[in-house]
Amino acid sequence: MSDYRDYKLETLGLHAGQEPDSDHGSRAQPIHFTTSYVFPDADTAASLFNMERGGHVYSRISNPTNAVLEERISAMEGGVGGIATASGQAAMHLAITTLMGQGGHIVASQALYGGSHNLLQYTMPRFGIETTFVNFRDLDSVEAAIKPETRLIFSETLGNPGLDVLNIPAVSKLAHKHSLPLMVDSTFTTPYLIEPFTHGADLIFHSATKFLGGHGVAIGGILIDSGNFNWSQSDKFPTLSEPYKGFHNMVFTEESPVAAFLLRARREGLRDFGACMSPMNAFQIMQGVETLGPRMQRHIENTRSVVDFLNDHESVSQVIYPELADHPDQKLAAQILPKGCGAVFTFELKNGRQAGQKFIEKLKIFSHLANVGDAKSLVIHPASTTHFRMSDEDLLAAGIHPGTVRLSIGLENIDDLLGDLKQALKSR
Amino acid sequence: MIITVDNQATYIYTATQKIQNDKPTILFIHGAANDHSVWNTQCRYFSTHGWNALAIDLPAHGQTDGSALDSISALSDWIQKCTEILEIEKLSIVGHSMGSLIGLELASKSNTIVSRLALVGTNAPMPVSEHLLETSKNKAEIAYQMINQYSFSSRAKLGKNDIPGISMLGVSIKLMQRTKPGVLHADFVACNSYVNGITAAEKIACPTLLLLGSQDKMTPAPRAKVMGEVIPNSTVKVLSGTGHALMAEQPNQVTDCLKDFLIGN
Repeated sequence: MSDYRDYKLETLGLHAGQEPDSDHGSRAQPIHFTTSYVFPDADTAASLFNMERGGHVYSRISNPTNAVLEERISAMEGGVGGIATASGQAAMHLAITTLMGQGGHIVASQALYGGSHNLLQYTMPRFGIETTFVNFRDLDSVEAAIKPETRLIFSETLGNPGLDVLNIPAVSKLAHKHSLPLMVDSTFTTPYLIEPFTHGADLIFHSATKFLGGHGVAIGGILIDSGNFNWSQSDKFPTLSEPYKGFHNMVFTEESPVAAFLLRARREGLRDFGACMSPMNAFQIMQGVETLGPRMQRHIENTRSVVDFLNDHESVSQVIYPELADHPDQKLAAQILPKGCGAVFTFELKNGRQAGQKFIEKLKIFSHLANVGDAKSLVIHPASTTHFRMSDEDLLAAGIHPGTVRLSIGLENIDDLLGDLKQALKSR
Repeated sequence: MIITVDNQATYIYTATQKIQNDKPTILFIHGAANDHSVWNTQCRYFSTHGWNALAIDLPAHGQTDGSALDSISALSDWIQKCTEILEIEKLSIVGHSMGSLIGLELASKSNTIVSRLALVGTNAPMPVSEHLLETSKNKAEIAYQMINQYSFSSRAKLGKNDIPGISMLGVSIKLMQRTKPGVLHADFVACNSYVNGITAAEKIACPTLLLLGSQDKMTPAPRAKVMGEVIPNSTVKVLSGTGHALMAEQPNQVTDCLKDFLIGN
């Protein structure tokens, strides 16, 4: 981080994008529960529609509460702006459909969240967008998968659930060599653990439902643009570099060379697909963002203690966490994730699937549910839940075994968490 | 649109409108290490309100080819050449920072061409500190960050942009980072070495607006007001709580001020 940047992450998390409400002086960000905004006169109305003035028209396209969240996360990530969406999946869909249409192709990591895998493997092909899944630890296979019609390279910063650490510097270099952007899902890492843009990523999205919110009460996503990628360096991105009939023949790269992607995503994607975030959710997620730094510190402290405990336990055959010496990405993690490798990880119990299920049922503090990144500790059995649509072959490729148990470590007192794990392992 | 100037492709943003001879023309000129896009909301506004609104990329900036010109005189000659190629006989000029000096110089030399002049975030002389000048030469990335630091008011450093979801500081730094090597330094040399400012100001015959930011650290408003006293037919307007990046911080207010000045109420 530059000496010339005024504020650090924790401060930005509390203040960026907001100033006390001008009408009443409210210190907390008000929730603008309104669908639409009164135009003071006809000229202002026309100017707002034509992007001649800044402001809001209709909450599907922008909303003052959402705008604070968008600026806040953008500032924390070091981007040029952001778009809050209905969910993380909506953010991913918005990015893809902004960059490509029928005939487009994506090269994606094979170690993805099951929902992202579904979208790319089964749903997008119905709309003519294909994906090749490869092991991103093997850069040659990433490069070999790139086709003339490829428009995006995509991976998670920490692969779900095997915690494959994405070598962002190397993969972004490869992507840029082919005039392609690298988009990362940084849900597991948050802006606290890594700044993907400083390592070369071009686009970031988060499932804000997870650590950004932290409380497990609101679904949401956010898409952030670095402003670094030159969309007009090739003819691969006509949605950005050629006139768009749907908005007065605007050429987005001419309108704003650095924010062209966000302009199109908002002016087309939010407008037409409509997967916007509710301002209530934006407010709730912002409450979590305010404490992201201190929370992530505690998440990591607790996770490291649990990892050490399980790693030494006789009933556990393997713990998969990138800070452990036997993890294939341990060296890379030390370089690019020095603050920690997240609070979600998997481990293997001896005796496989049955042992895993029994262990989960015995836990008292850990909640058995399909989410991660909550203040409360969570547990799930991926093979029968989040990744149940995947074939055994795909499961193994993603690092999931029948007996794999996934934990999301929360903010409880560490003694209580270790005690709960101890009794569940003992009573198997 | 693209025109050819000195055998170099020159980009002019027109908000997708074509130039029409029966409309008055307004030319927006950006500052150091910037491009046309700093003017896009103002340009879009005037393009739908009866004007040919043009925002040009100076040589070696944005999408214009060529080498950077390191004197205000050469830049104003280059702008005049552009107007001749476009067959524009009369125009209003709106310039920001270095762009304001180019407008000032052109208006002083060619009193018959410039009908109105708006100088935004301006001062003459416009000295650049030795440290920043040296940094722009040898460590451009650090210089971009210093400029970002100095260009925004304390309020704007935390955001709350009129343009939803867009980071003012983010866009500003990324735009500068796209500048070709050596361009920022050439721009600063042009600003720093322009000693003709007050003499030029005295010669301005057209109505002139000085639009300033009360928290501008690059071209402080109190000093710019002195320049306003020299220009015969000038008005000074200061936007409260605003830094040097006026169009980023207050896009709507800047448009309103220009509208009042160029169109009237």
